[in-house]
Amino acid sequence: MGSLKIENIRKSFGQVDVLKGIDLEVADGEFVIFVGPSGCGKSTLLRVIAGLEDATSGDILIDGKKVNNTPPAKRGIAMVFQTYALYPHLSVRDNMGLGLKQAGKPAEEIKERTKIASSMLSLDDYLERRPAELSGGQRQRVAIGRAIVREPELFLFDEPLSNLDAALRVNTRLEIARLHRQLKATMIYVTHDQVEAMTLADKIVVLNKGRIEQVGSPMELYNAPQTIFVAGFIGSPQMNLIDATKLGQSGARTIGVRPEHIDVSKTSGEWKGSVIHVEHLGADTIIYLQTDFGPLTVRLFGEHQYEVDSTLFATPMPGRTYRFDNDGQAIKG
Amino acid sequence: MAKPTASPLRTGLVHLALGAYTLIALFPVFLVVINSFKDRASIFRDPLAIPTPSTFSLIGYNTVLTQGDFVLYFQNSFIVTAVSIFFVLLFGAMAAFALSEYRFKGNTLMGLYLALGIMIPIRLGTVAILQGMVAAGLVNTLTALILVYTAQGLPLAVFILNEFMRTVSDDLKNAGRIDGLSEYSIFFRLVLPLVKPAMATVAVFTMIPIWNDLWFPLILAPSDATKTVTLGSQVFIGQFVTNWNAVLAALTLAIVPVLVLYLIFSRQLIRGITSGAVK
Repeated sequence: MGSLKIENIRKSFGQVDVLKGIDLEVADGEFVIFVGPSGCGKSTLLRVIAGLEDATSGDILIDGKKVNNTPPAKRGIAMVFQTYALYPHLSVRDNMGLGLKQAGKPAEEIKERTKIASSMLSLDDYLERRPAELSGGQRQRVAIGRAIVREPELFLFDEPLSNLDAALRVNTRLEIARLHRQLKATMIYVTHDQVEAMTLADKIVVLNKGRIEQVGSPMELYNAPQTIFVAGFIGSPQMNLIDATKLGQSGARTIGVRPEHIDVSKTSGEWKGSVIHVEHLGADTIIYLQTDFGPLTVRLFGEHQYEVDSTLFATPMPGRTYRFDNDGQAIKG
Repeated sequence: MAKPTASPLRTGLVHLALGAYTLIALFPVFLVVINSFKDRASIFRDPLAIPTPSTFSLIGYNTVLTQGDFVLYFQNSFIVTAVSIFFVLLFGAMAAFALSEYRFKGNTLMGLYLALGIMIPIRLGTVAILQGMVAAGLVNTLTALILVYTAQGLPLAVFILNEFMRTVSDDLKNAGRIDGLSEYSIFFRLVLPLVKPAMATVAVFTMIPIWNDLWFPLILAPSDATKTVTLGSQVFIGQFVTNWNAVLAALTLAIVPVLVLYLIFSRQLIRGITSGAVK
């Protein structure tokens, strides 16, 4: 009951093409996350799905029904915004109930549904307050509550956590994951934070310059990036991307290896480098090396002591390197 | 924000300048008010003196309230000003909303066209306006004044409100759209309450020139039934004899409503003026 199909969506603002032909299918109950750098079109795509922007061409189908000309309120969607976008002059209760009131639902039903949503988000004590009297985290929960009350086919989240501080972000992330399990609703979520994407998504859609780079589960994207862009975007610290000619390898333009897939040794190894900087994160140690072919990042688990300027040898783990051709596409095998 | 390094001397000079300006601005008002409470002879003998028991007189007010039909004039001024402000705010806000919210061809051009009235005084068109009003049979009606004043106030209203409406969060408007609010509901229920300070600013800036105007009442509505306060006061100014008591009393009375409205709006007004500059 909450499937979404996007067919060849294009969107231009004047001369600028923001979306250059997007095709995507989202199954009922899936949690899909759009990630990409700023300006990649992910928010625009979400707004096109919501009906807040008209696509220049292409079709949007929700539950198999074409909704190109359906106004946002009738698409069976609910949206949570980055800036919360609560109605400042309404109480929490009225904020949550406004959509149903506009749809002409009876007062009893509105009350019932508001109650369910508010207890789900532990907002019961705040129902009579105005948004200005709430903290950032509470405001975002109200915004999520407002979406739940509508019982939509499709939840749309537009960077809902970016205005929250780090601790609150983790909590709210867990809350959203719990809601998804509980409601079994289809959710589409936009973020530029790959941690959110990796932790929440059933399926990640990586967007770059108005095109889909790759669609897949978090682990598919991590283990088998199809393009050099996805390889660089997913994973932190970033994958090392090395010019193949400098390594003397043929048949590929770029060699990729993740920082966590490199072993180091003080005595021998494939690549020689000197330590520029070491970051101790407790669970991890991140070493930045300068080598003949450029900088190299290595991530070791646990605590390790290395002196700056000392010499280290790095060796990629077998079977854990990626090769990319001239167009940035992954070379299989 | 106050700079912590501002020296007392600097602050003192700033306050001196502000104080001097306040005195200069208030002096004529002060003069009108004190002289309105004096008898004719003492107005001329010593215009700067404050009324004392021996010079105190309410003769001016008596004349005004008994001789002229001042209740009617006040009522006319009120109707004209209030209705004009209402239309200026309504249409100005609507135009500003359309310009700031919707992307359409000629948006910028339309905005410039609407702001043109700030630069070109409406009085240049007096002759044409008068001809139009005569043709439409609106001479000597309050409607004529309301129409002219609405036109006169709109450019500034559109200009100021347009800037303010751009600051209203897009997400909020979009949330309203998803909740099924119509564009009109979004305008009236979400955007207007948020630009209230700007509305107050526009209301005051619109109100004062309308209330004080002598030009258009004199030309478009000089009949006794449609006289405004400023025009009504003129009956006491003759070619040979001027009843200064009455003129000053009428002017004092005319200041009061403006003052009251200003006090009501001033908090919002100051917020409106500064909120663009300091975030």
